[in-house]
Amino acid sequence: MTDFKKFTARRRREDRIFKVIGIACTLVGLLTLSVLLADLCWVGLKRIDWQFLTSFPSRFAERAGILSAWVGTLTVMFVTAVAAIPLGVAAGVYLEEYARKSWLTEIIELNIANLAGVPSIVYGLMALGLFVYQFQFGRSILSAGLTLAVLILPIVIVATRESLRSIPIIIREAAYSMGATKWQTVVHHLLPYSAGGIATGVIIALSRAIGETAPLVTIGALTFIAFLPPSPVTGTFPFVSFEWLKSPFTVLPIQMFNWTSRPTQDFHVNAAATGLILIVATLAMNTVAIIIRYRIRKRIKW
Amino acid sequence: MDPLAKAFIQARHSGSEPFDKTGPEKSEFPFSEPDPALIEWLKGKLHQPPPQPVALAPKLQTRSLDFYYGKKQALKNINIEFPEKRITALIGPSGCGKTTLLRCFNRMHDLYPGIIYSGEILLLPDNRNILDSTVDPIELRMRISMVFQKPNPFPKSIYENVAYGLRLRGITNRKTLDAKVEEALRGAALWEEVKDRLKDGAYNLSGGQQQRLCIARAMAVAPEIVLFDEPTSALDPTATARIEELIMQIKDKVTVIIVTHNMQQAARISDFTGFMYLGELVEFDTTERIFHNPSNNLTEKYISGQFG
Repeated sequence: MTDFKKFTARRRREDRIFKVIGIACTLVGLLTLSVLLADLCWVGLKRIDWQFLTSFPSRFAERAGILSAWVGTLTVMFVTAVAAIPLGVAAGVYLEEYARKSWLTEIIELNIANLAGVPSIVYGLMALGLFVYQFQFGRSILSAGLTLAVLILPIVIVATRESLRSIPIIIREAAYSMGATKWQTVVHHLLPYSAGGIATGVIIALSRAIGETAPLVTIGALTFIAFLPPSPVTGTFPFVSFEWLKSPFTVLPIQMFNWTSRPTQDFHVNAAATGLILIVATLAMNTVAIIIRYRIRKRIKW
Repeated sequence: MDPLAKAFIQARHSGSEPFDKTGPEKSEFPFSEPDPALIEWLKGKLHQPPPQPVALAPKLQTRSLDFYYGKKQALKNINIEFPEKRITALIGPSGCGKTTLLRCFNRMHDLYPGIIYSGEILLLPDNRNILDSTVDPIELRMRISMVFQKPNPFPKSIYENVAYGLRLRGITNRKTLDAKVEEALRGAALWEEVKDRLKDGAYNLSGGQQQRLCIARAMAVAPEIVLFDEPTSALDPTATARIEELIMQIKDKVTVIIVTHNMQQAARISDFTGFMYLGELVEFDTTERIFHNPSNNLTEKYISGQFG
């Protein structure tokens, strides 16, 4: 009996030791993020004001702002979403619902998984050759948006497939047994039921794209931009213009990178403020994704 | 015993057409010696077509049906006729192929790769082989509905679940939809429970209600045949009783084929029963004969619970 007691005590001690180690490991990640956030707030928070949000970059740190950067980020993200969502969802639906298993689809699937792991700067090189030079899109919002779209395409495809796969087979069979075609099953049932999962995946993909710098630097976005792209709404017929797509641009992370490379301390404050805005934007997007997922799970439980 | 059911089986056993040529059996004559008056009467009758009860017509018929999942043969030489507007149960131990056979009838197997059908499944009265490559399974499923083992309503409103099949058939008129949805829900004994919350999600219903909703969904499109794949296996006894009652009610309108793992259920609700074992149809007869006087030894052993 006493032997067991000793033995058990030793095994219990192992449990306790691991608990401590586990907490420490968790804290490393959590602490790093909070210290980083605190530091950014400490340095940058007081710099964020109306003037900072509505001014163009300037030689003088105190007069500089991020107007062109956040407008650039917004427009580039818009192009990215418009390009990546239909392409990625269509590819995901095809692979999951239409494609019969064969060596060809196996290879395609393997490649999509691999694409998600390709360093983003390589996408930048591809985009420089293809979008900027081959298609003559120039160093524009269009090129940048398409580059980031290609970058997040694998994430959107995987998210689409995963959320389609979570729909039980019997729901598909119910639709088919009523006489629905494959397309009707996809449009009436599978896409609506997986929309939440797909939206979550898309938002997380976009929140990754919003911070991407390397591929945009590669296509030549590292320039001084003190103007806004032309307005998409015009006063003359047909009242919409796509000229803004051709406009040069900058984005938040590039603006930030630009300022950190300056020697003056004041510019570093600007960089911290920009970083803070970027982090808040990313966290906000992830929060929206979590809320969507939570609400979908509450509404549809299989 | 239902004389029509008896006639259907007799015709099948004698190999003749089941539609006509059926008559009363010798033993059923109410006399032993010929009565002259009767002979006169019979002579008169000879010039007229014999008085026939409306005979049971088969609705679906298989001829040497084989089915393979890849290399594995799941159905072996199945020959069976399902009479119109009657309930036919398929029973047998797990893995005997009863569900596989059922899913041949709306070609549900087509959704999955690597399956092979051989033989014929004739849909009557068209006399069309539904396994023929010219038959579109989508079109077939418009005529043959299915109710599944686990209630599987769509995660949409109660109304939309029932209306879905109608919408697929191009019905968009609101009034027509409303009327047909109500009719189907009444037919499924669900109307009183849900009439005030048609816009509610179908997932708010209990399991038994969900299954009745699935029956309403299947019946709303006025199918010719409804296939039931163990429809009560996920339900409690009360819900099961209601579903059974419902199935017995709808046979006025449709031909019912039901797969069940529950022998008592087959005995309670079906008119005909087929017993399957290891991919073969061992015996097919009226439910009364299968359960009281089966001709095959294996059937008797299964019915009496000696295996399965």
